[in-house]
Amino acid sequence: MLLPRVIPCLDVKNGRVVKGVNFQGLRDAGDPVELAAAYADQNADELVILDVSATPEGRGHALEVVRAVREVLPLPLTVGGGVREVADAEALLEAGADKVATNTAAVARPELLDELAGRFGCQCTILALDAARSGDGWEVVVRSGRDRTGRDALAWAAEAVNRGAGEILLTSWDRDGTGSGYDLELLAAMRDAVGVPIIASGGADGPGHMAEALAAGADAVLAATIFHDGHTTVADLKAELAGLGVEVRR
Amino acid sequence: MSEVVLLRTGTANLASVAAALRRAGAEVRLSDSADDAAGAERLVLPGVGAFGAVVEQIDALGLRSSLVERITAGRPTLAICLGLQVLAAGSEESPGADGLGVIPAKATALPPGVRSPQLGWNRVTASSRCNLLCDGVAYYANSYKLDAIPDGWDGALTDHGGRFVAAVERGPVLACQFHPELSGAWGQGLVERWLEAV
Repeated sequence: MLLPRVIPCLDVKNGRVVKGVNFQGLRDAGDPVELAAAYADQNADELVILDVSATPEGRGHALEVVRAVREVLPLPLTVGGGVREVADAEALLEAGADKVATNTAAVARPELLDELAGRFGCQCTILALDAARSGDGWEVVVRSGRDRTGRDALAWAAEAVNRGAGEILLTSWDRDGTGSGYDLELLAAMRDAVGVPIIASGGADGPGHMAEALAAGADAVLAATIFHDGHTTVADLKAELAGLGVEVRR
Repeated sequence: MSEVVLLRTGTANLASVAAALRRAGAEVRLSDSADDAAGAERLVLPGVGAFGAVVEQIDALGLRSSLVERITAGRPTLAICLGLQVLAAGSEESPGADGLGVIPAKATALPPGVRSPQLGWNRVTASSRCNLLCDGVAYYANSYKLDAIPDGWDGALTDHGGRFVAAVERGPVLACQFHPELSGAWGQGLVERWLEAV
């Protein structure tokens, strides 16, 4: 039986973790390598690094981060941010990523997904999809939420899977950063729309929200703030999930 | 410290495999030469991508006979993910492409109705005759599988829409459907045992 994954996410800018990190026991709370090693020790199931650098220099730092994290991390590593061409993905994979996520660039040029899957396989090709409620559905938003595309999120996900995306990293733009729980209706609708694994993102404030998301159809749950703020560890959270009847790797 | 040759057969997560081997104390050398495939004391055959593309690359590099001979002779070899499937005679993924044929079977697709690709952590249930493998939970990334442990090998099974091969071993030859390099402390332990296996 496939076990659900609990995935900490590091937002990295110019080589440093930037999103609300207050992690106890670390010399330097912004060091992605220290955080990665700590999460591995806590039995995290995977690590996601999102490079939010906006400059070529920042991108270069991201490759160094991936290389350094790879040396200490015995877990799957997914990296996203700035992947516009096959060559960008190749550089990340050679640095030590196992999977590459693409978001805005795939919306702008969907053939990128065919190219990535054709070259590296669908298990390596992740679609990061940011969805915002719109009418009685959800629309795709890009450029970190600045642009609404008018595209239906479920239809886009289905197209992306046909093109070769092997997994959907699905962020609810309405819930992200609110701590009010994942958008369960979005997850359930996405579960009906695609057959590939779904990583739920946006809104988690604890194990209850994660158990709900898994029940709604997610295969994995991603969170950043609740781990970085030092109030809970992945190990403690998984123990609580187990207490809620969710079978997890421990 | 033992040297391990990591075979570069095209696109694979070589950095992850190399890092796991280094953490286990090995010196890692990347190579795509037939001499290394034949002569390396320890060889790792990684595999990510499509069956047909990998066997095509193996033939283009002239590695086929070296690989078949070392595995048949029981020399220390670790095959990972697609590397396991390449040991078979063929795969539903790439009809017409010939595998190494060391395992007389054909890789088949995951059944309809289960999440495919299988991306995530699943069990490893090892036969009591295994020397390297033990029970655990490992990270898989596969859409195809081998259905039964072949005669003459010991092995472990997993279950995702039906039981299939998690890994097989024969002496110091170990072939895993899962990714030991991504399977946490349990996977790291398996890598370490393989590095000691003779």
